[in-house]
Amino acid sequence: MSDVIVGNLVVPVHPHTVLAPDMNEGWRRLRDAYDEAATMIEQSDADLLIIYSTTWPSIIGHQIQADPNPEWVMVDDDFHDLGSIPYSFNIDAEFAHAWDAANKKRGLQSRCVNYKGFPIDVGSVVALTLLNPKNRIPAVIVSSNVYANRAETTVLAKACLDVLRQQGRKAVAITVMSLSNRMFTDFIAPEEDRIHSLKDDEWNRKILEFLEQGRLEDVGQLSRTIHQQIRVQKVVTFKPMWWLSAMNGNRNDLSGRVLAYEALHGAGGAVVYIDPTPTGMGDKEYDEDDVETYAGDRNVLDADSETEEHEKDSKSLTTNGPALWEPTQAEGSVNSDAAPKPVGAYPHARKVGDLLYLSGVGPRQPGTNAIPGGPIRDEHGSPLNYDIKAQTKAVIDNIERILIEAGSSIDKVLDVTTFLVDMDRDFKGYNEVWAETLGQVGPTRTTIAIDALPTPIAIEMKVIAQA
Amino acid sequence: MGEGKIVAGCLAPHPPHLVYAENPPQNEPVAEGGWEQLRWGYERLRESLKDIEYDSIVLLSPHWQTYVGTHFLGLENFKSLSVDPIFPNLFRYHYDINIDVELSQAICNAAAEAGLPTKMMTNPDFRVDYGTITTGHMFNPEWDKPFVVISSNRSTHYYSVEVMQEMMLELGRITRKAILESGKRVVVLASNSLSHRHFTTESDMPEDMSKEHITSHAMHLWDMRMIDYMRSGQSQRIIDEMPEFTEQAIAESDGGGLTWLLSTLGVPEYPATLHGYGTIIGTGNAIVEWPVHKYEEAKA
Repeated sequence: MSDVIVGNLVVPVHPHTVLAPDMNEGWRRLRDAYDEAATMIEQSDADLLIIYSTTWPSIIGHQIQADPNPEWVMVDDDFHDLGSIPYSFNIDAEFAHAWDAANKKRGLQSRCVNYKGFPIDVGSVVALTLLNPKNRIPAVIVSSNVYANRAETTVLAKACLDVLRQQGRKAVAITVMSLSNRMFTDFIAPEEDRIHSLKDDEWNRKILEFLEQGRLEDVGQLSRTIHQQIRVQKVVTFKPMWWLSAMNGNRNDLSGRVLAYEALHGAGGAVVYIDPTPTGMGDKEYDEDDVETYAGDRNVLDADSETEEHEKDSKSLTTNGPALWEPTQAEGSVNSDAAPKPVGAYPHARKVGDLLYLSGVGPRQPGTNAIPGGPIRDEHGSPLNYDIKAQTKAVIDNIERILIEAGSSIDKVLDVTTFLVDMDRDFKGYNEVWAETLGQVGPTRTTIAIDALPTPIAIEMKVIAQA
Repeated sequence: MGEGKIVAGCLAPHPPHLVYAENPPQNEPVAEGGWEQLRWGYERLRESLKDIEYDSIVLLSPHWQTYVGTHFLGLENFKSLSVDPIFPNLFRYHYDINIDVELSQAICNAAAEAGLPTKMMTNPDFRVDYGTITTGHMFNPEWDKPFVVISSNRSTHYYSVEVMQEMMLELGRITRKAILESGKRVVVLASNSLSHRHFTTESDMPEDMSKEHITSHAMHLWDMRMIDYMRSGQSQRIIDEMPEFTEQAIAESDGGGLTWLLSTLGVPEYPATLHGYGTIIGTGNAIVEWPVHKYEEAKA
């Protein structure tokens, strides 16, 4: 299952472990645990560190650090009197851009940031300073979106896994976070530090018990409750466990080791190593939607009547078309969870020799079955207005997902046959999108007008590609 | 010392888009304008105060977020590059800000004596938050006045809006007293928006004003309600309705700036002047002046 994740870590955010480990015995134990985790990473075959940081909030989707060598001096907003942390990190910018592209393919809002002086957040600075002191292993950092729900956070992880598999990487997934994050609201002497309340301490120990048993998905499912019970509300939510669980296939059969658990000005700080190797133990109770693409509130800028009409139409789609089938399996079959389900007994693609033959691909979205640009008719057969350019783009995105699953890529497409249900209306828009996408690749092409397609879509493409 | 004076108090929001749209030499990105309603509002505010003499600007910024007490910038000068972590594409500003350390220390000490946890921030590597820089630039682009910069204690999120208000009302009373005792003439600024629900997408060209609007009608209604109270001198009603406003409009008043401002001004019963209202990436922003100098002249 964890073909690309070789280890997982939960690590604390505050700067005490870097700047003042010897001012408190607990801070020293956390620092020692950080150092032990760094040794574990060093001895692993990891070639990438992936940081999901709760102290880097974002609003416009998720942001990914893409400066190959960000350098500055970090000073904490609260604990500035502890000192400054100069940093100079080794960021895998190529991976960052690939992850950004994979996010977009799965419907997420996403962007890379590469600006001199960008303020890398305290959690990421502390984690990378201590876990990767020689900068030997490149890292990538992703923000925590303040509006993201579980579906969006899960899709973020799946996009990351897409790229890891595509690039054949071995990564350590790291969440930089507090457990309980309620600090003392007054200044305290270092020796007075303790977990803010007994309740917070009890919740923290329960979380650690679950993690030690490898029940990562169970913690993910408890995230909302944990957040209500022991977290300061707003912005810094308990989302990292959603991400970490999805990075490990939403499983409960991992194994964990708590290297340290201590207070940091009242908040719960822990260093936990979670081995992704399946143990064969533990029941999986994954009772939430296993989403593949994100189709949430991401169109607020286009809140005009036309867009709303398309959204309404997309939602009505599930009752407007034939039944969906599981893709069939045969020698050479290639099937992808990231592509829409077939409407009959056939695979997404089939590999023969060096060639891939794809079944006809339409614009339906995997998971939701929605049609970008809207369906061409309603459930009563009455025609609807639709956007051929959006449908064409979605077809090409689906083709790319299937090709990636097969180990190929969009630039290996050799021949395309396109079927349009309304040549007069749609050829121009289709041709424009083609020119910007597959037209840049250069496959041969045939475009045919047909009477209808099985689902209420305007376009389908039949593709042959190099494997 | 005594005979200090608050000459004006202003609600002065800080979305970095405003600086971006101005194209000042300090900011690296370049824009084709945008958000003119608010930028013209800032122009009117500056025009309104151009003949008023004052020594310092006291500002509370919701983007210097502290969970352990209230902090004050405590060195005479901070000079660096401020990059907005959320909108780095819009705001990479080379700042050079002077601090009125004497007044900062006076407010900090007085707050500590009153039982509020406080701390002076004296780490020279500290980067001043973009909220402070944006409001500072829009209010005083010449940067020719020293600032007192106060952090935003996040008591709303630790406890409740009610607890935040108790703390900010007290901090406001202390700030007012410290200013009056300082012998200085001061402008006080609360650097925050009103309704604060953002869009979660951004136009390819962020300054494309055809895409700008409030995120929902409910947010608009709340913003107008608060502005009506300001324009009719009903500060106490703003304070009374702050919990509902903050929760339902996801308002940036959660940072305490507006409550602190009203308290520092003595919960004014005279009308404020609205210089501008507009939305920025869906959030509601008003530039409002409580013209203390005019009110006191009228009283005299």
